[in-house]
Amino acid sequence: MHDHALNISDLTVSYHRIPALHHIAFEVHCGHSVALLGPNGAGKTTLLKTLAGLLRRESGKIHFHGREVRGATPDIAYLPQRGQIDWDFPTTVRGLVEMGRYLRLGWWRRYGAADAKAVDAAVATMNLEALQDRQISALSGGQQQRAFLARALAQEAHVLLLDEPFAGLDKPNQDILKDTLRKLRESGKLLLVSHHDLGTVREIFDRVVLLNGELIAAGPVAEAFTEPNIHKTYETKVFAGVDHGKPI
Amino acid sequence: MRRALTGGALIGFTNGFLGTFIILRRMSLMADALSHSMLPGLAIGLWFFGLSAGGLFFGGIVAAFFVALGAMLLARGSRLKEDASLAILYTVAFSIGVVLLQFVPTRVDLKHYLFGNILGLGDTDLWIAYGVALVVVPGLLLLLRPLLLALFDPSVAQSQGVNVNAIQLALVAASVLAMISSAQAVGVILMLGLLVTPAATLYLLTDDFGKMLWGGGILGCAGSIVGLLISFRFDQIPSGAAIVLVLGVCFVLAWIFGPRYGLVARLRKSRHFHEESLLRWGRGSSGGH
Repeated sequence: MHDHALNISDLTVSYHRIPALHHIAFEVHCGHSVALLGPNGAGKTTLLKTLAGLLRRESGKIHFHGREVRGATPDIAYLPQRGQIDWDFPTTVRGLVEMGRYLRLGWWRRYGAADAKAVDAAVATMNLEALQDRQISALSGGQQQRAFLARALAQEAHVLLLDEPFAGLDKPNQDILKDTLRKLRESGKLLLVSHHDLGTVREIFDRVVLLNGELIAAGPVAEAFTEPNIHKTYETKVFAGVDHGKPI
Repeated sequence: MRRALTGGALIGFTNGFLGTFIILRRMSLMADALSHSMLPGLAIGLWFFGLSAGGLFFGGIVAAFFVALGAMLLARGSRLKEDASLAILYTVAFSIGVVLLQFVPTRVDLKHYLFGNILGLGDTDLWIAYGVALVVVPGLLLLLRPLLLALFDPSVAQSQGVNVNAIQLALVAASVLAMISSAQAVGVILMLGLLVTPAATLYLLTDDFGKMLWGGGILGCAGSIVGLLISFRFDQIPSGAAIVLVLGVCFVLAWIFGPRYGLVARLRKSRHFHEESLLRWGRGSSGGH
């Protein structure tokens, strides 16, 4: 089991020298879908961005498959919040998924038949065949998300980091996304998903990580997603190292 | 005249090609600032080297570089955001340029530097246009994948090892080169039009990145040639104004008649929707045809 693990140890990340995450340590494995829970400002997005290699760590190590992750790696795909994307960008769904291959191919290696096949497969898995020639703004929110998941599949990423994917989706689209995430988990991907709705945690995820500036709990839903842990995560103030300017 | 047309075509293609990146990276304002800051550079080049293209080239690069650098430092070191710092820097730089040009020993007409004068296009200018085209276009093509990733989604690109800051810097450098090559033909005030308008026109017409890129280059090239011919025919029209006007007409046509994003298409689309609702809800007694 060990070599399919994403292991995080002693992770501290700061903004302008004020820590947002304090000495986080946990381990999750491929084939699981993990909910990242915590109040606003708890460091969920910070953790995802750090794992994606977007933020500098102050301390700590990240290991995947037994190897240390130092910067960028195509094994880990980060799916940004919807608001960060320029949806008017001149590209089709297929063009977007092809970008996933560029990440594998590097700057100059030729885009070949194998790449086209991988793109076909990714598009098919996400049920986007009929939409692949559409410009990306002509998709619904749920379809846009699946297009980005397809890009991560084409990239052959093993770890998918999703930032609030359920935000702004209506019920039918939430159901589709739930289903999609289940399929991805069953195919052996590791999903790390920041999530707001505590009511749906049990039906979507099998692992949780509870964050509140520090790690409150991490583990299987049955063990870690308990009343006292939830209370501790949401009822206390976010630990930020300072309280009204005074060190705690 | 053949020299002018060759030069114009090259300059137009390079600028139009680069324009796609400038628009999608939302650097138009930055490019505007760079273009204006070239004036003091041109003046200094005139001062030291006289009316030689090499001197102007050198001066333009130095001035644009200082303004770009200054804006970045000012934005990082103070509360001001980059747009405000750029606005201050480039207007000051431009004013310095206007003042300097009054004292330059060589008598020059300010108008030629502001709006372009293709008749002044010498052999060296042509070589510069060749050189810039040969650096900028293949350079952008070599970096196409990281550029595309960085333009579309900088955060993901960075997470995959694309150095987004370096890409940004490369685009600034390419803009400076492209605009310097167009300084003589289009002038510092209007060079931004040649850089941005062709790609903006294509942006209204296509959803394909490749078509926008090459189409921008071709439109920039064609627009420059037509503009130059007009300027030759009516010699009171500065070449820069003629080129930008031709491109502007193309843009307006695309804006009105573009098949998908044009004004007419959008009006017709809403009417279509209206008809669908009529079908569903039945046509009233006063209903249309």
